[in-house]
Amino acid sequence: MHELSIVMSIIDIAKQQADRACATIIDEIELDIGTLSGIEMDSFEFAWKQAVRGSVLEGAVRKINTIEAKARCLDCDAVFSIHHYFDPCPVCGEHLLDILSGKELKVKSLVVS
Amino acid sequence: MCATCGCDSGGSTAIHHLGEHEHTHGAHSHSHSHSHDHGHSHASSKTIVDVEQDVLHQNNLLAQRNRGYFDAKNILALNLVSSPGSGKTSLLERTLKDLKGELEFAVIEGDQQTTNDADRIHATGTKVTQINTGKGCHLDSHMVLHALQGMKPKDNSVLFIENVGNLVCPAMFDLGEKERVVIISVTEGDDKPLKYPDMFHSSTLCIVNKIDLLPYVPFDMEKVKANAKKVNPALEILEVSCTSGEGLQTWYNWLKSRVAVSELI
Repeated sequence: MHELSIVMSIIDIAKQQADRACATIIDEIELDIGTLSGIEMDSFEFAWKQAVRGSVLEGAVRKINTIEAKARCLDCDAVFSIHHYFDPCPVCGEHLLDILSGKELKVKSLVVS
Repeated sequence: MCATCGCDSGGSTAIHHLGEHEHTHGAHSHSHSHSHDHGHSHASSKTIVDVEQDVLHQNNLLAQRNRGYFDAKNILALNLVSSPGSGKTSLLERTLKDLKGELEFAVIEGDQQTTNDADRIHATGTKVTQINTGKGCHLDSHMVLHALQGMKPKDNSVLFIENVGNLVCPAMFDLGEKERVVIISVTEGDDKPLKYPDMFHSSTLCIVNKIDLLPYVPFDMEKVKANAKKVNPALEILEVSCTSGEGLQTWYNWLKSRVAVSELI
């Protein structure tokens, strides 16, 4: 249940950024979460509901950009979508992959007032 | 950002330096300096702030700080991860006893509660600090930073950081280690690498423990190796038994080869 730690870190970042912008209200928060980031979305949702209560993010609209995982095969150079680390290259069947995207876990932007 | 269960009472992290005084870290603050270059805006207007900040940024910063400390003191820091009961502490006990006098060791133990594991390590005569994470399911770089401040491991030593028994959460948290070692035992399923791919993907060495029990359990060694290599083709795999001692020499050789490499740098 590390998702709670993750949500707490997001609240810290949002608060820091809102303070820096001299804002009192956060209207929106935009997050990038890759499908290989290690976040279980059901747990994240559960943790979010509990953790934002009474925080700067309580009334904020949350937008999540789900970043699809992509990899390049180091044997045949094919680029393709993956769901798991153990997915083979669909062209040559090898497992030696360079992960190009999908590990993102970041606060992209805020709308404050 | 102390261990993060969201609960105020039980969530504080306790650090026990065995053989020394003890102290507890609650939610304490670190000072940070920020530049304030904001312009003036009306209270009613909405502003878009481009943040682009990694959620694990703070953990990663402190991990890099730990890494710098290890590099400066030429300490080989290894993060040992596994599910509970795979034999991490037993492997450490054997290693510390068998290599006593050859290498200098220090150990950080991570568990939710008790100093049981640290007591076992302390009995081998090795410097040990226990971190109790309370409700926390993993160690983070912040806890390790404080454990290091109290224990001060010697220059040129090997530091084992035994993480909380959990194959999921610790995968996301860099502690500043040089390498991550994942341990599984033959009493677990041979599909573990596929079920918990993040951990196997982020480790460089996999130790399969309890191989003395192979005749009694339906564990296919070749299958687990194939599964692990699917997740991480670069993963090295060693087979050991802490009970019979089989395979331990290969693990010791691996350890010594890493010490030799870190001494060259």
